[in-house]
Amino acid sequence: MSGTNGPQSEPVNTTALHDKHVALGAKMVPFTGYSMPLNYPAGILAEHLHTRESASLFDVSHMGQISIWGEGAAHALERLVPGDIIGLAPSALRYTQFTNDQGGIRDDLMVTNADGRLMLVVNAACKDADLELLVAGFKGSVDVALHDDKALIALQGPQAVAALARHAPKAENLEFMHAAAMKIAGADAVVTRSGYTGEDGFEISVYAEAANDVWDILLAEPEVSPAGLGARDSLRLEAGLCLYGHDIDEATSPVEAGLLWSIGKRRREEGGFPGEQRILDEIANGPKRRRVGILPEGRAPARENTEILSAAGESVGIVTSGGFGPSTGGPVTMGYVDIAHAKTGTSLGLLVRGKTIPASVVKLPFAAHRYHKN
Amino acid sequence: MSNLKFSKDHEWLRVEGDSATIGISDYAQEQLGDVVYVELPEIGQKFSAGAQAAVVESVKAASEIYAPVGGEVTEVNNALDDDPALVNSDAIGQGWFFKLKLDNAAELEALMDESSYQEFIAGLE
Repeated sequence: MSGTNGPQSEPVNTTALHDKHVALGAKMVPFTGYSMPLNYPAGILAEHLHTRESASLFDVSHMGQISIWGEGAAHALERLVPGDIIGLAPSALRYTQFTNDQGGIRDDLMVTNADGRLMLVVNAACKDADLELLVAGFKGSVDVALHDDKALIALQGPQAVAALARHAPKAENLEFMHAAAMKIAGADAVVTRSGYTGEDGFEISVYAEAANDVWDILLAEPEVSPAGLGARDSLRLEAGLCLYGHDIDEATSPVEAGLLWSIGKRRREEGGFPGEQRILDEIANGPKRRRVGILPEGRAPARENTEILSAAGESVGIVTSGGFGPSTGGPVTMGYVDIAHAKTGTSLGLLVRGKTIPASVVKLPFAAHRYHKN
Repeated sequence: MSNLKFSKDHEWLRVEGDSATIGISDYAQEQLGDVVYVELPEIGQKFSAGAQAAVVESVKAASEIYAPVGGEVTEVNNALDDDPALVNSDAIGQGWFFKLKLDNAAELEALMDESSYQEFIAGLE
């Protein structure tokens, strides 16, 4: 037996919760320079299903937490992203992307308007480059700081609110895509009602020294079990959410990626972000290719880099995320196809180990989003 | 005396006469995690030792299964189509993959017995 996934480079960093993962029996793997839990003894399948049924606790402290502040911070950030940051209400958060001059995506991120500061959560693999980009892009009155001293814990699932509200009653009424300061286990936390699973849930930012106490009291709640990066990946794939470096990268535009909803009306009218020429052209005239959901027939998963064929057998695209959906009980796939083949219902083929698996374009997500309704 | 043999690629064989049943070891299923799909060979296919004969997929990744010895496929475990998790729950029993009619029984000598295999995986930890 041999794995088809090559080894990653040796991890150099650990999160504040590393000893907790080891004590829980996690399978630790190198991921973007960190040693992270892939899964706990329950396994990816059970952790995934538990998240959809109850609530799971994820350590996502490898993500970059950056804050920017000072006069004109929102204006300055808008020069780097196509999202509407100036219009972001106090305590609200929004998804956007750092774009490059060719209209590709340098990284995707969440931006929270917190108490006069903009709090950014960026991908681990991109955080140093993002920081450089921000520092180089901001001159004068806007300050930037990377918070390596903070941990990030996600509590996700339909029972997340019940578990968290026992310790932080304000969680109960926190609106979806909003943030609030709360005390959890005696520690100051910034809590957002957001996540990466398609379920209701929270992301909790605390100083690293408080992370173990917050982790322990949430894990002690009867609804809550730990879940690792494996379940996080299968949950987000079923939810149709992009993984940076796979479904989106320097070559894919937000329009191709189906992220047009994250570009506000004012930004579409005014432009003023990197790559606006391509992005605005694609908004007006349509992209040449599009990220779509693809449902293979049968049970064989079609993994990343699988070639996508038209019904006539021509190459029309490539799979960017593919695997098994524990909640859908079968294979789930996302990829880019030429626009002529992107319509829901279009028949496609997936070339897996020399055999063509019949498949069709389906509407994303594979598992319906169940976010909190305000 | 067990007639169970193991390869360095973590396949097991149970030899009965000139036939061998082949699957993956308990160590291998643990490393893989939840098995969600197994692509089995076809009856009548012939493999030489070391050739790719099947694919096992976990939630996370696909892994190739090699024929530990040469031979012709005489039977495949169709129960894995409906219940691939048998590989996790009973790797060396109900989770078998396929049976081979051996080309050359002498090839078995290159494989490990159970105690050598246990030592081999202990060295991998």
